[in-house]
Amino acid sequence: MQLTNRSKKTDKSDLSVLEKTYFPGVAKGMAITLKHFFSKKATIRYPEEKRYLGPVFRGHHILKRDEAGRERCTACGLCAVACPAEAISMVAAERVKGEEHLYREEKYAANYEVNMLRCIFCGLCEEACPKQAVYLRHDKFVPVFTSRDQVIYGKDQLVEDMDNRYTRDAWTKEDMQELWEKQK
Amino acid sequence: MEFILLIKGLIILTIFALSLGIAAYETYFERVIAAYIQDRVGPDRAGPFGILQPLADAGKLFFKEDFIPTLADKGLFIIGPGIAMLTALMSSAVIPFGDTLLIKGQYIPVQGMDVNIGILWVFGIVSLGVYGILIGGWASNNKYSLYGAIRAASQNISYELAMGITLLSVIVVTGSLSIRTIVGLQHGIDWNIFYQPVGFLIFVTCSLAECNRTPFDLPESENELVAGYHTEYGSMKLGLYLFSEYVNMFISSAIIASLFLGAYNYPGMDFVHSFLTGKLGESFGHNLATVLGILVYILKIFFFIFVFMWVRWTLPRFKYDQLMNMAWKWMMPLSIVNLIIVAAAELSPYPLLFNYIGLAIFAFLYFGSRTVYNNKKSKL
Repeated sequence: MQLTNRSKKTDKSDLSVLEKTYFPGVAKGMAITLKHFFSKKATIRYPEEKRYLGPVFRGHHILKRDEAGRERCTACGLCAVACPAEAISMVAAERVKGEEHLYREEKYAANYEVNMLRCIFCGLCEEACPKQAVYLRHDKFVPVFTSRDQVIYGKDQLVEDMDNRYTRDAWTKEDMQELWEKQK
Repeated sequence: MEFILLIKGLIILTIFALSLGIAAYETYFERVIAAYIQDRVGPDRAGPFGILQPLADAGKLFFKEDFIPTLADKGLFIIGPGIAMLTALMSSAVIPFGDTLLIKGQYIPVQGMDVNIGILWVFGIVSLGVYGILIGGWASNNKYSLYGAIRAASQNISYELAMGITLLSVIVVTGSLSIRTIVGLQHGIDWNIFYQPVGFLIFVTCSLAECNRTPFDLPESENELVAGYHTEYGSMKLGLYLFSEYVNMFISSAIIASLFLGAYNYPGMDFVHSFLTGKLGESFGHNLATVLGILVYILKIFFFIFVFMWVRWTLPRFKYDQLMNMAWKWMMPLSIVNLIIVAAAELSPYPLLFNYIGLAIFAFLYFGSRTVYNNKKSKL
């Protein structure tokens, strides 16, 4: 009984005299492997070479600063609420006079911690943030750790470095869709 | 006399180190070639481009537990890998790696020793090589090891016949058993491969089988026999078995290159020799030309090593009946036919031409009779 017509009929006829010497088959196979020998390799030398994972890859967290170098985060706590793994915790503080160049608004996060053991890199914090402060980088992984006290990332690891700002091709879902449309 | 002995000793030492070194790096080449054929990059962590990989492998093997099974025959178990390694290394003694070196007015051949029955020596030693495998398999006291060993023995015996007859046809052409003479007669590009292409193909196939390499690696077919004759081996004993396989591969490549591709002979070698001796003086020019010849030979050897690996990562393993059918029903008769054609051509005024005429007549008769036979069969 035949369910589909996708199956390929195997040729079960007797081998011809030439085929019985195996030489045509061997030559064919050797040609294929030689072609692969010179073809482009599918794997890369990973730590030295890295692949571009696309603008939507969700990696290492980052707390963005604005153009003047002030932290955008206002410690509203929406990211912590949105987080399904409860990985984010923060302590809010009020900005005092003289700190205007450090924080954009009157309230800021004095302490902002992401527990990388809990984080599932779902990106819901990024979606929840009303101030465009928290993002998951597309170009950096959270590195391997060897002890538990290396796992809780504080502000020192998360806040953006102004000398080496993080950019990506599309910041929001809408941008991303536009990008895709363009690429089509 | 003292001086010549010293030079001879140096040459022998160099050849020994060279065959060990090349065999060590074959393991690395094998992995890289396998990787490239499978679209991977291959080992590249140990040193630049993974150059130190063989050292790392050997170091790992040395640090593993040297285990001997309780019921194994302890003496034979230890001797087995030793014999395999010894026989593998012994055959490199008679391979002529280069022409002569001219030192203090004396011509010294670049060869371990020029035995006048050189090729018989190689064959004798290679046949002894089976003992290493057989003893290892037997001493392990394990049925899979024994199966592997028996397979190795019967396979080597079967393929040695076709190989020997093909060798005979080479000897018929050259009239000498000394490898140096055989190589010397293939001066320039007068290589034996043009005189007997069929013999060349048979010889390469048989040496694949003699080295127990895919597609004839039934002695260690891992999906049937765990690991074949070295199932019970570990540590550096296993290392010696694997290593002897690579040394064997190097030796077979060298033998194929010397019997059929003229070893250190290359087109235009006379011109290069006279040019160098004219420019750089008799002694230094001659030595430089010899070194060039050695490099050409090593290039040929590496080409065949590559072919061995290329075949390994292309062809699936034969079934045992296919293996035996091929040895006895194809290789043997074909090598006899080849011998007859070569011998007849050698008696004729133009050996090269008559060889091809003979092959054409044979092919015509063979394919013609098969077609007639098949037609008759289909009518019945």
